[in-house]
Amino acid sequence: MTEFGAAIDLALGHAMVDDPKIVVFGEDTPLLRRELLVRFGPERVRPTPISESAFLGAAVGAALGGLRPVVEVQLVDFLMVGLSALVNEAAKIEAFSGGRWNVPIVVRATCGGGYGDAGQHEQALWGMLAGVPGLAVVVPSTPADAAGLMRASIENDGPVVFLEHKLLSRQWRDAMAGGRRESVTFDVPPDGADGPVLDPPPPVPLGSAIERRLGGDVTLISLGVGVHRCLSASEELGERGVECTVIDVRSVAPLDRAAIETAARRTGRVVAVDEDYTRGGLSGEIAAVVAEAGISARFARVTTEDTIPYARHLEDATLPNVDRIVSAVESLLD
Amino acid sequence: MKAPVPALELFHQMVRMRRFEEALSELWHQGRISGELHLGIGEEGIVAGVLDHLIEGDALALDHRPTPALVGRGTDLSLLALEMVGAETGLCRGHGGHMHLFDPERLAASSGIVGAAGPMACGFALSHQRLRPGRIAVAFSGESAINQGMMLESLNLAAVWELPVLFVVKDNGWAITTRSAEMTGGTLRKRAEGFGIAYTKVRGADVGAVWRAVGPMIDDLRRGRGPAMLHATCHRPSGHFEHDPLIRMVTSPREFAAESGPLTRSLADGSGGRIRDRIGGMRRVISTAAGMRVHLSKRRGDPVTRLEQTLDATAVARVRAAVEKEILSTLAEVGSP
Repeated sequence: MTEFGAAIDLALGHAMVDDPKIVVFGEDTPLLRRELLVRFGPERVRPTPISESAFLGAAVGAALGGLRPVVEVQLVDFLMVGLSALVNEAAKIEAFSGGRWNVPIVVRATCGGGYGDAGQHEQALWGMLAGVPGLAVVVPSTPADAAGLMRASIENDGPVVFLEHKLLSRQWRDAMAGGRRESVTFDVPPDGADGPVLDPPPPVPLGSAIERRLGGDVTLISLGVGVHRCLSASEELGERGVECTVIDVRSVAPLDRAAIETAARRTGRVVAVDEDYTRGGLSGEIAAVVAEAGISARFARVTTEDTIPYARHLEDATLPNVDRIVSAVESLLD
Repeated sequence: MKAPVPALELFHQMVRMRRFEEALSELWHQGRISGELHLGIGEEGIVAGVLDHLIEGDALALDHRPTPALVGRGTDLSLLALEMVGAETGLCRGHGGHMHLFDPERLAASSGIVGAAGPMACGFALSHQRLRPGRIAVAFSGESAINQGMMLESLNLAAVWELPVLFVVKDNGWAITTRSAEMTGGTLRKRAEGFGIAYTKVRGADVGAVWRAVGPMIDDLRRGRGPAMLHATCHRPSGHFEHDPLIRMVTSPREFAAESGPLTRSLADGSGGRIRDRIGGMRRVISTAAGMRVHLSKRRGDPVTRLEQTLDATAVARVRAAVEKEILSTLAEVGSP
């Protein structure tokens, strides 16, 4: 069994062996990735100042110059500080150059809540990033996918935002949630935190969804920790005779439209379970995919409606949870 | 004529900040405070020395260690403590938590985004120019925030708009677990001077020195003489946040031992870099750990004990007893889980 964060570093290590053009940098990277630092040396694993605009922008330039940077921003919330480098530079260059120049960068960041750190450190934000043409955004839910998507992200010739959920990664649970305290508990999905990973890990192609469960009544579509919440809700619903399909999209952009369409057509009922904000994001995009395919389906969504509050009980009610998913499914059944 | 340093009052405020945050640390370890907890233990000399010069209407732009400043500014301790435990009756009704504390009555706003205090303070100062002439805005940040684009832009904005902003840089030498000196080009003095901003450096462990240095700076700000920067060194024994991984690594023999296996394997792994690259990587890890060890061994940097040694013992006892009473009654408000 391999731990979620270790799986990502395993894939990164293999890629760095294969391709000396890969360099890794970011805030605190020498400590966070100390095993890679000692394995590959300080030229390839380096720290940055707390200067997101500069080092994200520098990653774009380095990629144009022939390197393949894997840049680590500790939280996707902090990525907002240097967003122009991604949205206005990295995402544009392939198109602006008429396809003559690519920006092969991976921006690695944590995302997600469930440990009481409030809405400036717990956002998902993948929807707004995925809305920009030219950016790929991936959100793994298992160690095997984390490794496989990291490998595919590095091999991809365009910019990829790779988001790891803090509840799934031991390193980030320890750091951000004080997870070593015996006095706190988090709803960590066991199959997301630890799982089998092949060594070397095979790539998981960007834009390929996977069916986690098959059922004929309702299709639940999710990603990241949400997938595990959907599986728990499906268990509960299964006991009542309601059978759910659970689709893990794994990648927000490109989005596997075919997988969504097939499942929606089969069940006629779709629930999007998205830890990101309700409006302008993945959940609405899923509804659009279904509608544009001419599929007549009932639709509901379980999302984050408001700013994520600090207090654990308020946070639990704000983030998608099993009870809300069950209620959403039930609302489509009558 | 120079006014004497109000030593006993500064001591009182520092002890309030210290004891309150020690109580918060306990609540965090008990699991009653969630998420990260960034304490300002070790920064009290800077905070108290600055706040003593503020008057009603001055504004505070705070970083991810906002608690000591709010304690010193007079925010009710019970409201703060209740917020930390996520109570509906807390300062922000349980929605903000320790990193996102907002006290509109005191014009105090905090942010967990490094560098955000710079632009926030500029905005407060702009509102002062039109609405509250003579009032100032104070931006508290760490020394690594000075490498944020928004902070450098704020220095320029404050200079060209002649804003009454005091940029207080609390310098503990560490950007989370990276040594700031390795990530900062030039000096803060030259940066400030490059923008035409008045600059003063003090030892934050000496609250009297902070108080004396900042007085004339704030007088100038109130007279509309543009922004200023106070660069104050400090020593934070608990690192970036509670359970700081680097501090655990260098202080816990068990965690240190757990590191040695994987790092030795990485060093021996011939599939990685050349041997001199790998040795260079190992050197970097060791030097970071050693640097933190040295940092932790510096005991002289505590502003509270330093001032305490110069004060009359009876007066100290009186202050400490009063603060203990205040902390106990605050904790009683918070109750048990």
